[in-house]
Amino acid sequence: MVKDTRLSTKLWAAANWTLIGFFIVNLFGMIAAVVTSSFSTRWLRSWLPDGWTTRWYGAAWAEFQLGDVLTVTFQIVFLVVFLSGLIGVPAAYALARRDFPGKKLVMLLFLLPLLVPPITFGIPLATVLYRTGLAGSMSGVVLANLVPTVPFVILVMIPFIEQIDTKIEAAARVFGANTFKLFIYVLLPLLMPGILAALLLVLVRTIAMFELTFLTAGPTSQTLVVALYYAVFAAGVRAVQSIDAMAVIYMVTTLIWLIIALRFVNPTQIVARAKR
Amino acid sequence: MSIHAANFRELRLDRLCRDFGTHNAVKDVSLTIKQGEFIALLGPSGCGKSTTLNLIAGLLPATGGGIWLDEKRIDPLRPEERGFGMVFQSYALFPHMTVRKNIGFGLKMRGMPRAESDQRVAEAVALVRLQGQETKLPGQLSGGQQQRVAIARAIAVQPPLVLMDEPLSNLDAKLRLEMRAEIRRIHNTLGATTIYVTHDQEEALSLADRIVVMRDGEIRQVGGPEDLFSRPDHLDVAEFMGFRNKVAGRVASVADGQATVTCGEVGVAGRVRSQVVAGQGAHISIRPEDLHPVADGAPGLKAKVVSTEFHGREFVGFARMADDTPLTFLADSRIAPGTEIRLAAAPDRVLVFGEGA
Amino acid sequence: MSTVPGAASSIAEIPLKQRLAARGLDGLTLLVLPAVIFLLALFIYPFFYGLFLSFNPKAGGALANYQRFFSDSFLYGTIATTLWLAMPVTILTLLLAIPIAFRVRLMKNQRLLTTILVIPITLGTVLVAEGLLNYLGPQGWFNRTLMAIGLISSPVKLLHNYWGVMLSLVITGFPFTFLLTLSYLTGVDPALEQAGATLGAGPWERFKHILLPLLLPGLAITFCLSFVQAFSVFPSAVLLGAPAGPTRVISIAAYQAAFEEYDYSMASAVAMIMGVVQLAIVVAVLGLRGMLYRGPAGGGKG
Repeated sequence: MVKDTRLSTKLWAAANWTLIGFFIVNLFGMIAAVVTSSFSTRWLRSWLPDGWTTRWYGAAWAEFQLGDVLTVTFQIVFLVVFLSGLIGVPAAYALARRDFPGKKLVMLLFLLPLLVPPITFGIPLATVLYRTGLAGSMSGVVLANLVPTVPFVILVMIPFIEQIDTKIEAAARVFGANTFKLFIYVLLPLLMPGILAALLLVLVRTIAMFELTFLTAGPTSQTLVVALYYAVFAAGVRAVQSIDAMAVIYMVTTLIWLIIALRFVNPTQIVARAKR
Repeated sequence: MSIHAANFRELRLDRLCRDFGTHNAVKDVSLTIKQGEFIALLGPSGCGKSTTLNLIAGLLPATGGGIWLDEKRIDPLRPEERGFGMVFQSYALFPHMTVRKNIGFGLKMRGMPRAESDQRVAEAVALVRLQGQETKLPGQLSGGQQQRVAIARAIAVQPPLVLMDEPLSNLDAKLRLEMRAEIRRIHNTLGATTIYVTHDQEEALSLADRIVVMRDGEIRQVGGPEDLFSRPDHLDVAEFMGFRNKVAGRVASVADGQATVTCGEVGVAGRVRSQVVAGQGAHISIRPEDLHPVADGAPGLKAKVVSTEFHGREFVGFARMADDTPLTFLADSRIAPGTEIRLAAAPDRVLVFGEGA
Repeated sequence: MSTVPGAASSIAEIPLKQRLAARGLDGLTLLVLPAVIFLLALFIYPFFYGLFLSFNPKAGGALANYQRFFSDSFLYGTIATTLWLAMPVTILTLLLAIPIAFRVRLMKNQRLLTTILVIPITLGTVLVAEGLLNYLGPQGWFNRTLMAIGLISSPVKLLHNYWGVMLSLVITGFPFTFLLTLSYLTGVDPALEQAGATLGAGPWERFKHILLPLLLPGLAITFCLSFVQAFSVFPSAVLLGAPAGPTRVISIAAYQAAFEEYDYSMASAVAMIMGVVQLAIVVAVLGLRGMLYRGPAGGGKG
């Protein structure tokens, strides 16, 4: 890089760092405020709460039936992860390895659900799911969530598959492996790191996916983030600290998976995979 | 030894074709290979030799013609249904499997019981002399060792046919010679029918029972090594066999399988290899080692020396004729650049190809 | 597949299966089918179903929904409201992201910073809204700090109005824009900038003449994606804004039509209008992008 020692350059750098510092301070301030509030007995008109307690967690757990909500959340999330891998990985393989008429159109079909925001395609999708009677049930929520995650898995996996030497697959075939055995004995072990990364990202995205779940969930198929929305929406009915405790539980759930995911992927992948 | 070649009588390629869009990679290739033969497909890159091999392996679908193993048509079969063994240019070892698992892969796919498969793997390991490396991963081996694993993997399944796609091109010169001898030894031990693709004529000449020279997707000539080496039927086959000097001229006379071709103002006599007609154009081909400077006044191709290089036992000279045709020859001593010389070869060492050959 | 030996000499017929395979269509290609069918059923079909539905209103002619939308200021106003939020947010985040991405590109260890920035994206809009309700409130730490420094004398109202939604969009939008910009920027070969410096270009000239032209196509895409995200704002507009007034964005209108009035036909019409506005902006930006240089940026990435 080009080094520059002029004063204007230094001031510009300082201004940039101040901006990013300001952003991060406020971000952490916001998170800390939620955490602080969830442990406070009473917090009004002061920098810090009057006293500390953990009872809001118990209260939130009971009030919002978080046990049920978490069970439903993980059932939905794992179904979405499993199915998007099952549908997405073979499709990515076919797209990485074959050129066929209409391939560009198929790629566009997979790109669109990632570029169009969920709320835009979610409303017609929810309408269709309500008409078919699937919305409101867990299968409806899973189907809706699969719409962006299947293409996501495909687009993450294609470059991963492309980097595996086709000669290795040719060798497996010549030595007697059919497509199924090729997947089980050769491709799956070689693709494992990529599949793991893609599915962890799907997991994080699905836990945080509000719009699609919100539009299609019924009372028994709410995920944590939708339950949190309803709690905040109906604020005043419950104690603020109780809602904050629920928010902390949500944050912990999401961030644990984020940390696990970051062991396998670069953080920019969470954002930048859908580009181009 | 329980590793042996599976039996069949012949493999027949019948007007096999493969086109990529408009470009014909392989055109009407017909060839019959007998059991136990070592066949080399030889040609420059892009001549269709690797495509032909991939068609036989089933890795590419053919766009015309058929492949027959005795009475069985095999070209509609998938590669995994053909039961051949193959050695790839880049080895294509499974990076996540140990040497033992790589070699045993084909046996596992065929559902062979564990004990029998272990026995076969051990034999294959012994045959390629890799004892003690069985639990290593391919990434931990040298290039030569990886090559041995690839060969062991191909022969462990006792295939009717072993296909080798430029297996030595990734190795350095010394290893290449060593592995060449190994491949010959293994072939002699097992007698497995082998199709070997290479662009290196020395490799083909030293290994093969029969050589198939390909050019532009077509077979140019098929023959034994000695045959091809001294009696090429085409100008380009001759060039590939080391007849590097190619001079254009006009046929002065033809008689008895001999022709005299006028190049510049000099007549050069040689053996006719493809049809020539007196008065029409022709090419003569001469190996550098057969072309020597002659004494002043003796007949020979007139040329001006560009440079000479010392090659240990002899000097290799480079010269140009008046029309800029390059000539390579052998000399006993260094010749100053710019010297006008005459170069000649014995008539039985000169090949004459008619126009269009 | 065996045949009498004599048949070999007749013209060998290539089966259809092989001819298809030569064009890239074989069993393996079929693996793409489940995904294609799934998306046709749950992405493409709902779109056309919605389009069809929007022209079959509960009452009135085929265009009744659209006529109603564009004659009722409570409805057509949502387009302006949403644009008024999405445009400034997109431009602001992009203007912040570019210089900071340039700065961060020079860092050796970007992972910590990028990880911190990924957090708000991961937490999602609902949690950010919930956090800001507390943090930006009149008694929240933000206002307290400003008062403690003496910048303001009484708390600034940042909740349940335009500013609350705007700030939450910046918090979730900035990391997204920044990381996208950064990934485009790392595709530009640093040697080009060094070459510029040896030819006498200062930092500003280097940015203006070398980096910006190479980066603009990527920035156009970033702009589109950030804009589309911001334009579809929903939970924060409800929770942090004034959903009945200044922050009644278009997705609220669509949601209310569908789930409060149970008029799926109208809801589909609003969703279609939302899609058309997004598409129009994206097409306009990409059209401008078409005029830019789009070759490789030295590092190989286009």
